[in-house]
Amino acid sequence: MAESPAPNATGSGPPAVVETVELTRRFGDFTAVDAVSLRVHAAEIFGLIGPNGAGKSTLIKMLTTLLPSSSGHAVVAGFDIARHPAEVRRRIGYVPQLLSADGELTGYENLLLSARLYLLPPAERETRITEALAMMGLSEFRGRLVRNYSGGMIRRLEIAQSTLHRPAIIFMDEPTEGLDPVGRRAVWSHIRDLRGRLGAAIIVTTHYMDEADELCDRVALIDRGRIREVGTPAALKDEIGPGATLDDVFAKLTGAAIEGGDYRDVRQSRRAAREHT
Amino acid sequence: MTGYITQVFAVADAEARKLRHDPWELVTRAIQPVLWLVLFGEVMAQVRGLAPGGEPYLDFLAPGILAQSVLFVAIFYGISAIWERDLGVLHRYLVSPAPRSALVSGKALSSSIRAMSQAIVIYICAAVMGVDLSFRPGNIAAAIALIALGAALFSTFSLIIACIVRTRERFMGIGQVLTMPIFFASNAIYPIDLMPHWLKAVSSFNPLTYEVDGLRAVMLTGGQSSYGLAVDFLALAAACALMVTIATRMYPRMTQ
Repeated sequence: MAESPAPNATGSGPPAVVETVELTRRFGDFTAVDAVSLRVHAAEIFGLIGPNGAGKSTLIKMLTTLLPSSSGHAVVAGFDIARHPAEVRRRIGYVPQLLSADGELTGYENLLLSARLYLLPPAERETRITEALAMMGLSEFRGRLVRNYSGGMIRRLEIAQSTLHRPAIIFMDEPTEGLDPVGRRAVWSHIRDLRGRLGAAIIVTTHYMDEADELCDRVALIDRGRIREVGTPAALKDEIGPGATLDDVFAKLTGAAIEGGDYRDVRQSRRAAREHT
Repeated sequence: MTGYITQVFAVADAEARKLRHDPWELVTRAIQPVLWLVLFGEVMAQVRGLAPGGEPYLDFLAPGILAQSVLFVAIFYGISAIWERDLGVLHRYLVSPAPRSALVSGKALSSSIRAMSQAIVIYICAAVMGVDLSFRPGNIAAAIALIALGAALFSTFSLIIACIVRTRERFMGIGQVLTMPIFFASNAIYPIDLMPHWLKAVSSFNPLTYEVDGLRAVMLTGGQSSYGLAVDFLALAAACALMVTIATRMYPRMTQ
């Protein structure tokens, strides 16, 4: 059951930093995100979980203003994503699914670019960059070209980039995709640390159930563009019974296992999305 | 306004830093215009009366080759935009609060910076070959401005093409198709007077014509502009503004 949206952001309960109402994205006759209504609270780690092709990345792209919605609306950090996209961008951080730090620049230069694009005061730039590098354990690699970083180091650098301007919300699209177990655990630890230091809400997409279970305060299960359930990992598992996993929860709700997904479905949905853009 | 300039500079500076890390790109890109000057220029210089007013053909050719090399480098700039989209770098730019026009202008400015290295190589080569170059500060400043405008204009045009075709494979094909007509329907290697009427009409809408015309006036000692230097600058600035306006609307759609 999808969580009911509050009529407005001043409703009861913890303050919502992200609120979507019937948010939808269609590519031609293919609906990638189907009437999603969600509330994400300040300082929580919120997981969007589902198989590849479920619509997680499309949802994140809409919330980060990279993609316009087809219908519905969303308020992020207090601003409507369609009417005030620039205000939204000032207040969010984003770690894309792809390893997107520029390999032809050093770690320091990547951060300097972000610091300038976000118009950090010149007097603060160096301090913030130095702090961000130290926080992510990258101080000694600041002068090294990013193409010589490992995957885990690039991810940490990207997290540093996304937090340099101290955003209220950080979106991370599959932040541990392609990392080895050690790299994944390091990224989890940094995400928790960030929440503690910045008090930011962190919205993470993942198709790894252990990650969602370990990391997230609450999760939304997404399948074929629709939210099937929202809750804490513990509460969702309790509904199934003792010893249940999030994968069991997902299987019960959708009739399909989440891990691995159905490759044909993924290919089909991605092709449809490409053909209609 | 200061913030806007900071953001434009941020994008351009990042590109300039990449060049500093790997300057070989500049060296390899300088080879083609040098070959044009040395091989094509030396051979065609034997044809009498090709350049108007009896001036040496190499003098006539050098500004054309400079404009051509700026065009050839800038016109493939869109490939790097597609590459950045595929790598996710573009997503990072677009979720920043920088206005889209600042991002596009920053990319255009970085293309202008790259073009300066071409200009230095061609100036040196032309001087060695005996071209009667003008080194008056005013002329050098005007040449820099013309080259910067030309590079910004054609790289932004390339960005627009990249937004339309969206894949590297398609871009490579169309890039080749576009370069030749822009180059040959201009006054780069022969005077407009030699063209048939229809081609003259086409060349008058070609920004490269105005870039070459302006460069002939400022690169050469006693150089003359056919249209007037002010017209050359205005034509290039107007075309550049139009391209940046169009690209600003199209660039964000690359990630969709």
